[in-house]
Amino acid sequence: MKKIMSGNEAIAYGAYLAGIKMGAGYPGTPSTEILENFARYPGVYAEWSVNEKVALDVGVGAAYAGARALVTMKHVGLNVAADSLFYVAYTGMKGSLVIVNADDPSLHSSQNEQDNRHYARFAKVPMLEPADAEEAKCFVKYAVEISETFDTPVIIRTTTRLSHSRAVVSLEEEPAREASPAEPAAYERNPAKYVMVPANARARHPVVEDRLKKLAAYAETAPFNCLEDGDSALGIITSGVVYQYAREVFPTATFLKLGMVYPLPAGLIRELAGRVKQVLVIEELDPFLEEQVRLLGIPARGKDIFPNLYEFSPGRVRQCAAEAGLISPQEKKTFSIPALPARPPMLCPGCGHRGVFYALQRLRTATFGDIGCYTLGAAPPLSALHTCGCMGASIGVVHGVDKVGVKDRTVAVIGDSTFFHSGVAPLINVFYNRGTSTVIVLDNRVTAMTGHQPHPGSGKTLMGEEAPLISVEEVARGIGFKKIDVVDPYDFKNVVETIKEHVKSGEPSVIVARHPCVLYTRERHAPYTVNLQACNECGNCLRIGCSPIGKVEGGVAIDASLCIGCGFCAAVCNQNAITQVS
Amino acid sequence: MKKIDFLFAGVGGQGTILASDILAEVGLRCGYAVKKSEVHGMSQRGGAVESHVRWGEKVYSPLIEEGSADYLLGFEMLEAARWPHFLAPGATALVNRHRIMPPAVNLGQARYPEEKEIEDILSQAGARVVWVEGAAKARELGSPAVAGVVLLGTLSNYLAEPVEIWRAVIEEMVPPKFKELNVKAFQAGREMTAKNK
Repeated sequence: MKKIMSGNEAIAYGAYLAGIKMGAGYPGTPSTEILENFARYPGVYAEWSVNEKVALDVGVGAAYAGARALVTMKHVGLNVAADSLFYVAYTGMKGSLVIVNADDPSLHSSQNEQDNRHYARFAKVPMLEPADAEEAKCFVKYAVEISETFDTPVIIRTTTRLSHSRAVVSLEEEPAREASPAEPAAYERNPAKYVMVPANARARHPVVEDRLKKLAAYAETAPFNCLEDGDSALGIITSGVVYQYAREVFPTATFLKLGMVYPLPAGLIRELAGRVKQVLVIEELDPFLEEQVRLLGIPARGKDIFPNLYEFSPGRVRQCAAEAGLISPQEKKTFSIPALPARPPMLCPGCGHRGVFYALQRLRTATFGDIGCYTLGAAPPLSALHTCGCMGASIGVVHGVDKVGVKDRTVAVIGDSTFFHSGVAPLINVFYNRGTSTVIVLDNRVTAMTGHQPHPGSGKTLMGEEAPLISVEEVARGIGFKKIDVVDPYDFKNVVETIKEHVKSGEPSVIVARHPCVLYTRERHAPYTVNLQACNECGNCLRIGCSPIGKVEGGVAIDASLCIGCGFCAAVCNQNAITQVS
Repeated sequence: MKKIDFLFAGVGGQGTILASDILAEVGLRCGYAVKKSEVHGMSQRGGAVESHVRWGEKVYSPLIEEGSADYLLGFEMLEAARWPHFLAPGATALVNRHRIMPPAVNLGQARYPEEKEIEDILSQAGARVVWVEGAAKARELGSPAVAGVVLLGTLSNYLAEPVEIWRAVIEEMVPPKFKELNVKAFQAGREMTAKNK
């Protein structure tokens, strides 16, 4: 039986087949669907932890207790979890630990284009990289075997193109529920291995170095590192989805296809170099493989031909190869495409965030932002968000700005899921350090950006169970905040007055702007319509950036099929020209 | 087995992804190796969506190469106009006659291209442009959401794969309560172009 699966679905399926019983992660494009799919298999436990570091610690605990554990996150999530990666690299575990980490070349939905293969070398742990969905399924099993054989966490690296492309996967007849060799049992105490105080950790370091040597030796004969015979002009070293592009462009070359990108099989690389006139390394982002190949004394070419920016494609690999004279140049057709209007993503019609950002735009605050749907508040015409760096950064940043005495009105805005992820600690910091910042929590009750995953403020778990609903305002109250208000972001006048008053107050404060995500709840009311006689073309309603509202001759019109009837445009219309269709 | 590459272009929320999943599944059932690629993420916030579907004896890359798409399925006119460089000479562009205004046009800062301009852009590549009344037909059937399946019906006329396979895949892959509607939409798309082909 065969089925078309995305890379992410295949990883989840592979995890199930490999006997993984516990999964933890934090949503992040393009990794999110792995855990969502894994959670649907029978006999497993999966959770959205509050952040990636907690998820990794949860996975470590399960693995310490003898289970097979899976932890998933996007590339920048591993920055959050890095501290945990480095200790578990030293301790190893009783069961097994597979970390799936999704890079995002071309920054389809990320703040940077970091190449997480460096984490494998940095933390001295093995990293596998599948090239299609079938391999994604199989590689989870390999990862579990490596983890258990070598007593090490194993990272599986995917990229957006692998995670979100679909290919044919062979189904295994009866998912064999293999028993873990180390059955989950009472936690075995072994302080010398698991208590990383200096004396113990010092003793573990040589174990880690020795393990890497053994892994490098294993890499020489591992089934996923393959020398594929071809002609002797070019020998191409590559991995992951880039292998697929290279295969199309160089159909007859000799290939060393690496399924494990760290540590590398020096013997296989030398063997390839001995067979061909020129070694070529084709890899997206950094020259991670190329540098290691060159350290072996092999004069490989790579980044001088294939750039270290953005994702590749067959066309891009072909063009670079042609420019370098490796293949005959393509006849290039040129097209005249007039400048077409772009179609950037925007806040959805009826999104509650719009109300807060429009108020902030009117109040001309300096607004320090965070990661989520609401980052779209930076886009015109709202243009009301002035920084966005990483998860949880907004509150620390506004505190720093306020501490040096900036005279602008300042606020931090952070989403609910982001608040629980990494906003609580900086909120404590503001209060403890006698800060005066105003923090607005945009609470839509769900992790919306990544496709509506539940979080501690949703009242539900990934397994679909009811859960205690943790209230943002109660958390703030528990810290000691006195000035806390909850507003409905559609209530425009109240939102403006509340923000004004908080910013002026000179004390640390929290505003919770709460309206459940309308895309998630599918909230819909009768649409609004414009009376062109009353419209004076002031443009207020166009400045809220709501896609159903468009300019027409003599005023504006609202596309009734897209309008969800939130009424916010009517609230900002000074002429009462916008009314609900009865 | 001949390779066939399909490029889908549309706007988030138009059902582009589901339609391309259906096409991939049809390919699999007809014995092709199939790969498919799409970009998610911000797309459901009304951004542009593209999806690549590849059928062939053996398919390596999940992405189509520039200059080699055999079919363009434009779910929205402006989105279709962005891809002439992907089309193979002699390709067929099936374009849903449907305009969704991007923000810059709504704000009066940009102009939506005329139908003729879009046709010219696409035919530079040597493509044949076929306008499909998918949006109108879908409205007539009572749901704008099925315009994409109308387009698939049209596409099926250009391919040799048996219609029973198309129908079976659609019935399995759409939400059960919209099964009948989608089959109707597919049939409508098939009939519309059988005439003017």
